[in-house]
Amino acid sequence: MSQVVTVIRPKKIFHLHDLKELWQYRELLYFFSWRDLKVRYKQTAIGALWAIFQPFITMVVFSVFFGGLAKIPSDNVPYPIFVYVGLLFWQFFSGALSDTSDSLVNNRAIITKVYFPRLILPASSVVTKLVDFAIASVILVGLMFYYGYVPHLAGLLILPLLLIITFMAAIGGGLFLAAINVKYRDIRYALPFFIQLMLFVTPVIYPASLAGKYSMLLAINPMTGVIQNARAALLGTTPINWLLIALSFVACFILLLVGIYVFKKVERYFADIL
Amino acid sequence: MEKPIIEVKNLSKKYLINHERGKYVALRDVISGYFRNPFGFIRSKVRAAAGLEKKEEFWALSDVNFSVKKGEVVGVIGHNGAGKSTLLKIISQITPPSDGEIIIRGRVGSLLEVGTGFHPELSGRENIFLNGAILGMKRVEIAEKFDQIVAFAGIEKFLDTPVKYYSSGMYVRLAFSVAAHMEPDVLLVDEVLAVGDAEFQKKCLGKMDEITKKEGRTILFVSHNLAAIRQLCKKTIVLGQGKIAFSGDTDKAIEFYMRNAPEQTNHEDLSDKKREERARRNVLFTKISFHGASGETMNRAQCGQPLIVSLAYKSKTNTTLENCRASISFKTTYDELLFLCATDLVNKDRFDLAPEGEIKCRIDSLPLPKGRYMISIFFQVNNQIEDWIEEVAVIDVENGDFFGTGSAQTYLEGSSVLVKHKWLL
Repeated sequence: MSQVVTVIRPKKIFHLHDLKELWQYRELLYFFSWRDLKVRYKQTAIGALWAIFQPFITMVVFSVFFGGLAKIPSDNVPYPIFVYVGLLFWQFFSGALSDTSDSLVNNRAIITKVYFPRLILPASSVVTKLVDFAIASVILVGLMFYYGYVPHLAGLLILPLLLIITFMAAIGGGLFLAAINVKYRDIRYALPFFIQLMLFVTPVIYPASLAGKYSMLLAINPMTGVIQNARAALLGTTPINWLLIALSFVACFILLLVGIYVFKKVERYFADIL
Repeated sequence: MEKPIIEVKNLSKKYLINHERGKYVALRDVISGYFRNPFGFIRSKVRAAAGLEKKEEFWALSDVNFSVKKGEVVGVIGHNGAGKSTLLKIISQITPPSDGEIIIRGRVGSLLEVGTGFHPELSGRENIFLNGAILGMKRVEIAEKFDQIVAFAGIEKFLDTPVKYYSSGMYVRLAFSVAAHMEPDVLLVDEVLAVGDAEFQKKCLGKMDEITKKEGRTILFVSHNLAAIRQLCKKTIVLGQGKIAFSGDTDKAIEFYMRNAPEQTNHEDLSDKKREERARRNVLFTKISFHGASGETMNRAQCGQPLIVSLAYKSKTNTTLENCRASISFKTTYDELLFLCATDLVNKDRFDLAPEGEIKCRIDSLPLPKGRYMISIFFQVNNQIEDWIEEVAVIDVENGDFFGTGSAQTYLEGSSVLVKHKWLL
């Protein structure tokens, strides 16, 4: 008979066993994501349409005010499709970041009663947002048809890479914030404000080229590389900037490692503090 | 010989007192504290780093050793704050130990609190799957046992209703049912049976009995319900102040536990007593004492004689306390409520009190047979619970002439309470 042997000792920060355990609990990741989606769509009257409605209306409002009235340049691409590509990635990133940072506090009833790898909770928040991203992409496909854009093959191939970068940025930052949110409960009130500010230092509603010689400063923000290259890949606005992708990838990977480190370090005290 | 299924070696758990009390802080306060007093902030950091700062430590468990063989049902008892819950929390890996280790050879399931992770918006069916997954079951496994779970909980008709519309009884039944069907090798149970109606409690005990006898499962059962411990467990561990005070045969363990009930606490200062969570604590009890008919202080009471319980209290503010209500309850050491003396039971109106003072409750003829009893006290001002201390004191009652027949022991030893009565002959 195969037998699970559990040894409980004072916790170390990282153990190879943690990865194996994370894999054992993969079904729970699915269940948490499923729960969040289900509950959200049950609570809102229009259900799953919400995932489409939100970016769509934002796109319309932005197109009218920034594209139509303020005449913000859009790299010679119709403004609605230009801003939608940006919004799609931005909303995935910002939504995942704020949801992960709240994930532990919101689930404290479970954390203080049952054991499972705590990483599952923030991870499931990101997965939930990924589903929203997929649903909202339908509009993008529609817009591309409408405006007659055909993406390059190379462009389609780097999209998953861009998603991985966004994923790492959101979960890396989110893990860090989730961990300190447990200790300092006012983080959750300050975060929405900072996320809103970040929208303006990310080329979502304007092209990176608008910043002129300061555009290198924008590149510090890893989401700049992601959004700029997503536009390049799908709309052919600029050639794909491989250097920027590589830089973003490395930056986000480091962010992810830092996030996991901080999270694991604080993890042992979650149940005592929450 | 087969190795024990649970081995606990030199287990200790330390809490920092400020961790426990402060719970969490606002970053805002930390930052503003830094700006207001930067040198003080740096100095305290340096002192802490150098180990000069005296940290208040509290050992919830210290050097606990025991082992449990496969198929054994072991009870864990102990008075409030003895470390029972901490022990279960460490075994179920919710919080790590500070020292020592535990080896568990098998899958662990816990019933620390039933209904963990239930989501009110989701239906019964959905919650069974969600809750099952949180407790560590695989999806296939849940699907297999789905019908059994539903049947045991008796909620067939409401499967697709969101659980927020369930009655609390249905909710608990469903939650227990999911947990009971988990089939772990080791099951941890903490006070679950305190919830649900009497009939359901019986069903739960029956189910647990069935699990252990038929399927050879190992159970660690933490409870105040000594009757249930006696019924289910052969072996019992008594915890006291974070250490194992006694371990062995259940009957002997219960005897030990009763003998070592908290010491006589008459006249005691109540400032460091554990308060119930819900109490606001603006007004606190400061002292409890017992007196006889002429006001003399007593350490023991006598059956059938007057008993005066005197409670001193003090408010943090200097204003009159309006609309007060106080109560004293008498319980057995089994935690069963015998009777309650409350101001609103005998006085129609509520009353006002000075911010500091003493209130007394007089029982003309103590209706308790010889034995040891626990006392809990409760204080309410303007419908707000201000203080509430469970098991604040213990009182021993001696034999006495309750019925006024001139003989001390005319009642049956097994009675819980005595009632004055007349026969019309």
